[in-house]
Amino acid sequence: MPVRLTDEENAMLAGAMGRPRQWAIQQQVSVAGFFDAPDLVPIAHVHMMADTESLGVAGVEFLEGFAREPEATRRMRVPTVTDPRGTDFKAYQRLRQTETMATLERRAIDAFRAMGVMMTDTCINYQIVLPPVLGEHLAFGDTGSVIYANSVCGARTNYEGGPAALAAGLSGRTPRYGYHLDRNRLGTLRFVVADQPRGWTDWGVLGGIVGRATNSYWKVPVIEGVATHPTSDELKHFGAALASYGSVALFHMIGVTPEAPDAKSVFAGPLPAPTVIDRRGFDAFYQSFRLSGDRLDVVVFAAPQLSLMETQRLAGLLQGQRVKAGTTLIACTAPEVKAAADRMGFTAAIEGAGGLFLEGVCFYQMYAREIGEAQGWKRLMSNSAKLVNIISGYGFEPVLADMETCVASALAGRMVR
Amino acid sequence: MSEFTIKGHRGIGPTVAGPALVAQDNFSARYDLDRIKGIFSRPTHKLVGQNYVGCVLVLNVAKGGVATSWMLREMASRGMAPLALLLNSANPIMAQGAAFGDVPLMDRFETDITTTIRTGDWVRVVPEQGIVVVRRD
Repeated sequence: MPVRLTDEENAMLAGAMGRPRQWAIQQQVSVAGFFDAPDLVPIAHVHMMADTESLGVAGVEFLEGFAREPEATRRMRVPTVTDPRGTDFKAYQRLRQTETMATLERRAIDAFRAMGVMMTDTCINYQIVLPPVLGEHLAFGDTGSVIYANSVCGARTNYEGGPAALAAGLSGRTPRYGYHLDRNRLGTLRFVVADQPRGWTDWGVLGGIVGRATNSYWKVPVIEGVATHPTSDELKHFGAALASYGSVALFHMIGVTPEAPDAKSVFAGPLPAPTVIDRRGFDAFYQSFRLSGDRLDVVVFAAPQLSLMETQRLAGLLQGQRVKAGTTLIACTAPEVKAAADRMGFTAAIEGAGGLFLEGVCFYQMYAREIGEAQGWKRLMSNSAKLVNIISGYGFEPVLADMETCVASALAGRMVR
Repeated sequence: MSEFTIKGHRGIGPTVAGPALVAQDNFSARYDLDRIKGIFSRPTHKLVGQNYVGCVLVLNVAKGGVATSWMLREMASRGMAPLALLLNSANPIMAQGAAFGDVPLMDRFETDITTTIRTGDWVRVVPEQGIVVVRRD
């Protein structure tokens, strides 16, 4: 069944509204056909992954082609913001990123700006740019922002990779399938938390455990038994890890998330048998990111970027301290949070201790392999369950520990247990 | 020599034919690959160290981040992309990446594709018709 298009969408497809919008609708018709979407749904705004490590030269040249089109045909039709970039221009030389990387980044930014894209450079847009609203249709990139928007806010979006988000911004709509549809938002798996998570890293671990067990974009895990009311940062770590380990885009947490006041609201029929998660599960998960020996090269706080509250805690731990020579400490945040941290003295505390506080980037999206090779970094410590999942593919050996242990290790210059 | 056909959902991209590289594991271009060398680099991946360029990659599900959709086109532009992707279950990122990079993609087969096809089989992928023709020597 071919996707049903409106007159305006047909005009875009025919090229009457310019080449970029024609391309956008062609892409969307192709994806709609793959997923049997009946039509396209108008969206409120777009969050686009646009780091140059993923774009590559081919992606940047593609964007530059659109940037040369007449202005009326190349501008985004709905507000469009960006995920972290690949380079922090204030720090790239210290990180031993190359001029080639910085030049490619500048070209990408110029092209995006010509299309009316707002360079927010953040994966925590739902915390600091514009929080999604219950029932709102969106086109978000970054798995962490998608799962937060869908689950914590009750908005509706699929994973929209960079080109798909670009298409959504150009056309102002996206194919209506997956999590835009009521029928796909019901729970399919059930987890009961028997021992409560303690702190951000534990919440990430819980997300990792549920993600490993779910392991499908099309399944919706439902979590019961959460006794506390988690904070936005705790749910951020939980969701980011759940998405990273399981490719999951939507969860429900009974009594916490807006579509899940109780279990019967989120299951269509009888409740599935639960999987119980207790402290042994948490311990086993941490154990899967342990190394022998205590050598340490780099400590990273990122993935997701730090909120102002996380930044405050990190600054407090580093205030008046000194990161051991030979070990590097990196923290990544959004430009808006960095500006606030500058004003509030947090940046001075982190950098005064010898840490690198980067803005508009995230560690794994900034040429982590090339940086690691240039710096001779291999053994990495992080409090992010998401980051340790990703980073081994970039040649690192990661260890997962909470923020306090990571900082203590950076100060000691070795992995503290 | 034997030949058989597997049906799946209608896919994306042109018809291609080439050797299969199969594993009962999952797929993300960002998490699993050294895209410069054209090999699987994630230490825990079942295909670690193996070259995927020019192969019909046959894996279980799409996982992980959204970057794959930019990356497939970038890999294709350097001649370092897989010839096609066959997954038991794709996700939106793979479909968007296939559409953008013109890399053939199919999923939702009548059987478990990772056990039906073997590494070294010669596979013709016809996304438009939703079929895969497998030739085994």
